[in-house]
Amino acid sequence: MSFLTPESGWADMIEPLSWAAIFGMMAKQFWPVWVALVVTFVLSFRFKRRLGLYGKLFDSPVGIIGFALVMFWVFTALFANMIMTFDPLAQLGSVKNPLPGAVVPEGAEVQYKWFLLGGDHLARDVFSRMVMGARQVLIIAPAATTFAFLVGITLGLPAGYIGGRLDTALSFLANLVLAFPVILLFYLLVTPEIRNTGIPVALAAILFLIPIAFFAILFQSRFHTNPKKRNLYVGITLVLGLWAYSGLAFNADPLGVWGMEPNLLNVFVSVVFVNAPTVFRIVRGIVMDIKSRDYVAAGQTRGEKAWYIMLWEILPNARGPLIVDYCLRIGYTTILLGTLGFFGLGVTPESPDWGSTINAGRKLLSMVPHPAVVPALALMSLVLGLNLLADGLREESLKD
Amino acid sequence: MLAFVIRRLGVMLVTALVLTFVVFFLTNLPPNLEKLARSEGSVRMTDAAVVSWLDEHGHSGSVFFRYAEWLGAAPGWVITDEKGVTRGRCIGQRDDPALAPKYCGIFQGNWGISTVFKKTVLFSLGKSMAATGWLMLAVMLVMVPVALVIGVLAGMREGSRTDRVLSTFSIATSATPEYVSGVILVVLLASPATGLSPVLAEWGWLSGKTLFMGTATSAMDNITFWNFGLPVATIALYGVGYIARMTRASMTEVMTQQYIRTARLKGVGFRQVVLRHALRNAMIAPFTVIMLQFPYLLNGVVIVETLFNYKGFGWMLVTAAGNNDIEMLLGASVVAVIFVLVTQLISDIGYVFLNPRIRLG
Repeated sequence: MSFLTPESGWADMIEPLSWAAIFGMMAKQFWPVWVALVVTFVLSFRFKRRLGLYGKLFDSPVGIIGFALVMFWVFTALFANMIMTFDPLAQLGSVKNPLPGAVVPEGAEVQYKWFLLGGDHLARDVFSRMVMGARQVLIIAPAATTFAFLVGITLGLPAGYIGGRLDTALSFLANLVLAFPVILLFYLLVTPEIRNTGIPVALAAILFLIPIAFFAILFQSRFHTNPKKRNLYVGITLVLGLWAYSGLAFNADPLGVWGMEPNLLNVFVSVVFVNAPTVFRIVRGIVMDIKSRDYVAAGQTRGEKAWYIMLWEILPNARGPLIVDYCLRIGYTTILLGTLGFFGLGVTPESPDWGSTINAGRKLLSMVPHPAVVPALALMSLVLGLNLLADGLREESLKD
Repeated sequence: MLAFVIRRLGVMLVTALVLTFVVFFLTNLPPNLEKLARSEGSVRMTDAAVVSWLDEHGHSGSVFFRYAEWLGAAPGWVITDEKGVTRGRCIGQRDDPALAPKYCGIFQGNWGISTVFKKTVLFSLGKSMAATGWLMLAVMLVMVPVALVIGVLAGMREGSRTDRVLSTFSIATSATPEYVSGVILVVLLASPATGLSPVLAEWGWLSGKTLFMGTATSAMDNITFWNFGLPVATIALYGVGYIARMTRASMTEVMTQQYIRTARLKGVGFRQVVLRHALRNAMIAPFTVIMLQFPYLLNGVVIVETLFNYKGFGWMLVTAAGNNDIEMLLGASVVAVIFVLVTQLISDIGYVFLNPRIRLG
């Protein structure tokens, strides 16, 4: 490796940054996040008595720390365009793995003077890639977790409430998926070849239909005595749902708003597929516990329909453990996505998501640690935040 | 009890059959077979040549029938080509076709031949599983005692400072997946440029360049603390948090029981109460958790073996999957599925032995 000799002018005059300066500059770069965090926290503290479980979260120090960490990354993802210093895909100069604080060689599209956290083996800015990676992770992980929850709830409610053969069949299917080693499943499902066979699209067609069914049944069971309202809500659900469905599952949205790359669809479906059975088991367990309560019996004597009892009597009373598990599961999904990236499955090589960045950086780990360590710490802090948040929520929801 | 075990074994068998069929189906999808034909035959085959190659090597026909062949429940394929040479699934290179057995699947002990390792699947599996066995054993020996001690210490006085510190530690470790902790551990302990090693080397305390070794390849022949420490620590760290939290939950619950208060009021010391009265009842839940942790351990093993280049089961799985080694993948999945199912069974049975209040019908 040769030392960089700056070709001309300004790079000569600019010194590489010290660590203190690096942290200072990064803090400055994150200013939209700080503003948003302060606003969120001031408002939340001000009105915390009126905000239900969310407000109670601010009574627990663990919950506050977790919430702050999570919101830090959420705002980072939101304001990624304002925070990052370079295009995350741009290759800046020809020096491999520039150190944190190194000066960027003069070039055409240089709008910032330093590599804040160094560069990777293609001289791409590690800091900008980390920021952009947050956006990738925070779009896919919560979305996949939400889908997994909707699927798990829609199947878990009848399995627990009705029981019998339906329960036996669904539980067998769930245990089947759970007995599959996750990595093996990923290696079989998330390959480029499998896209041509149409299996991911078929899986998506089944899995994505379930959320639409969930909301349609939700409104139908509540408003079936009031056809006007029912038609409105179920109609909106079906129109919006099927519109998104055509785009997400088949990439055939007539207006082109909804859409997912085949690669991403593959990853998304696999992650939902792996997570849904666990949610199913949790929901089923809670429902079996709740269905022996008096208010369920009261509903049954009033002549309420099974789906009304499941969705409007049981589900709201099961929300505590489900919200806690939702937070934990977003963290777990983040880890899973990272694992996929780590094995280079289902992501494009230049993708800035944290898992594949760690994978790319680990080859030279013992010589130049920064390309791998930065996304590793980012991922760890996000998951830690989600775990602490879940812990705080559990603590507070157990209090009443 | 016996009826329960038999029924569970029956369900297990069905599950294993379904899962291996799924793996068989996914590995034998047309694109995978085409890739196999091109890698085994020649890269520049025409599409027609690919089809005829697949025909000649028994890869055509119904997937159910081929699955049955692979299991050994259906007779293996036999083809006599135009030169009069008879080949077949059960006929070796130099064997006499007339003497070859009719059935040869995994029931008969024929797991096929790995296209990557050029050895029989059984041989490669055995070798890699032995290597992974040592890794798992070491992980268990480190992880379980550490997790139980942390959990018991944190749970015996809920809300104390010890509890806060240890709980935070366990949350932090369960937020650190293997590919993160592995990277951080290597940077801190096994890099000649960063972390602890340059400092120690400067003081002259190191004979080599780094404190720990960044790869575990040498541990295949000779396991030492310095080449095995980091992989074991990496896997153990992720599991410790979860088991410790479960132990803590179970311990705090036991500590609020009436009989603990009775023992305290009787004048038994705190140490005695924890060790003699609380500990045994607090260990029931963690046992199940530890057994159910094995499948996740498998996940960690795959990541760590890739990261540290340790040629065990996980490394082999990744290599086989990356190179479309169908027979090897099938063999590995059989092992993995049975492993998961057996740990589930043991966890259920062990639960009954530990908790006499539970009866299995």
